[in-house]
Amino acid sequence: MLKYILKRLLLVFVVVLGVTVVTFSAMHLAPGDPAEMIAVARYGEDLTQEEIEWVRATEGLDAPVYIQYLGWLEHVLRLDLGKSLITYEDVLGEILTRIPATLVLAISSLILSLLIALPAGIISAIRKNTIVDNACMTGALLGVSMPNFWLGLLLIWLFALSLGLLPSFGYGSIKHLILPTITLGPSMSAITTRPTRSSMLDVLNQDYIVTAKAKGLDERTILLKHALKNAMLPVITFVGLQLGFLLGGAVIVETIFAWPGIGRLLVDSIYARDFALIQGCVLFIAVIFALANLAVDVLYAYLDPRIRYEKK
Amino acid sequence: MNETWIALKELGENRMAAVGIVIIVFLVFVAFFAPFFSPHDPLEQNLEKRLLASNGEYPFGTDELGRCIFSRVMYGTRISLEIGVVVVGITALIGTILGVISGYYGGIVDEIIMRAVDVVLAFPGIILALVIAGLLGPGLFNVILALAVTHWPAYTRLVRGMTLSVKEKEFVEAARALRASNFYIMRRHILPNCINPVIVLATLGIAHTIIFAAALSFLGLGIQPPTPEWGSMLKAGIPYLRTAPFLTFFPGIMIMITVLAFNFLGDGLRDTLDPRAKEMIMMKK
Repeated sequence: MLKYILKRLLLVFVVVLGVTVVTFSAMHLAPGDPAEMIAVARYGEDLTQEEIEWVRATEGLDAPVYIQYLGWLEHVLRLDLGKSLITYEDVLGEILTRIPATLVLAISSLILSLLIALPAGIISAIRKNTIVDNACMTGALLGVSMPNFWLGLLLIWLFALSLGLLPSFGYGSIKHLILPTITLGPSMSAITTRPTRSSMLDVLNQDYIVTAKAKGLDERTILLKHALKNAMLPVITFVGLQLGFLLGGAVIVETIFAWPGIGRLLVDSIYARDFALIQGCVLFIAVIFALANLAVDVLYAYLDPRIRYEKK
Repeated sequence: MNETWIALKELGENRMAAVGIVIIVFLVFVAFFAPFFSPHDPLEQNLEKRLLASNGEYPFGTDELGRCIFSRVMYGTRISLEIGVVVVGITALIGTILGVISGYYGGIVDEIIMRAVDVVLAFPGIILALVIAGLLGPGLFNVILALAVTHWPAYTRLVRGMTLSVKEKEFVEAARALRASNFYIMRRHILPNCINPVIVLATLGIAHTIIFAAALSFLGLGIQPPTPEWGSMLKAGIPYLRTAPFLTFFPGIMIMITVLAFNFLGDGLRDTLDPRAKEMIMMKK
């Protein structure tokens, strides 16, 4: 098991390195002179060529790209993500202050999505090919097809502007959390509903369930005690996949609701073309995503003895 | 030919897929004939008629610059379908070729291709697309590039897996015994056996791509105004959400219908083309 985790960690390292290379190349393929853009962002439009050259020299933008990349990498290994090119704030510090907001939104959305997806998936499996099943599956397709940026706007229009029940943007109270959660949660649940259903169907067709039925156990006991536990195992891997969806959705939802999380930080830094901040956010999200997926796989192996023994 | 016909007939009997096809045909029709049926020029401004609600002259009302929302929504069909089809066309082709090569040859080639796949998949797709499109700057080409970079690994992974199992089959061995070239085996024996799942994935991929492209434009990093595009129309409608919510209703509905149609069709195709699903239906009968 330990060997497996170490191997995966090595892979995480390789993959994260690859992601940073991709973004670094995109930055330098970008049109326009980065030194000039940073200078404009800092000091406004009225610039002389000397001022631009000064920015280029102080930010090390005159070195070849690979030197810049290696320099950045060397700092990263010392846990120094550099400073924002525009506000001079420490990038790592900036990211760390944004974590709680994204975490709160992520957890509440995940909980809401599971509260919808698990019952919907289980009921569809039990009542296979009935109206209930069809309704749940069509609902899931609708959920996948609903653009969450549009759903967010509709919710703001209905609950904040028309009914005046909830704040349309901001961060701080439970009330602020409701609309972003409803924007993100249900569309996430749409992804998990189908795997939950098929996993439950698989289990319900197993011999031991037939045996339990033959013994005359009532349906409730069979479902709760025998079927559910095994059916939920594969669903865990989908929760890992959802995390990617969650991070992607957070970028959009945080932008709509002015939610001060990492997603919004990334979008704002893209708008400002603050390369140091973009690179920092990308690195951070890649590491979090990779580690979380690793954690899900390890948890899965731990919970499922069949996999645990195979790995040995 | 006969087989194709049976598959098409089955597809028509699948209610969801049929609905999907009807909507898609309708959207393609709208996209092609937008210049003939749109009541106004989508770019024509009329500042005296700003933010009008739906009326006889403007079926969906007018936007913040007095442009006809109905005409803009119609023209928006073009760019969304174009992005969806182009991105999926490019990525399905490249991804499939890489997948066959990766699975067929194995070894170091496989290792390099699969690590590249890992790198792209290590990142939530929309975020990578966002960063690339954001850095390269807005515009149609950059949107397509950003979405293509994030989309190809799905095909590579799928096709590689199928190639691995197909290349062990007897007919491949027989072909090799007849001294068929690697290229011939890949083209005639391996590719045809991978094509069905690729078609399913590509149909669902168009749905994904259209949503992602609209999201990029919504964030101001994709297609720019004044081009009529659903995502950027939504963005432009935000300041008027209270006074003129119809600015955001119609483009959103169009995105949803389009994406839903491709998801319906993709789902139906999966049921018809996936032999495992078909076997299960036959067993039931």
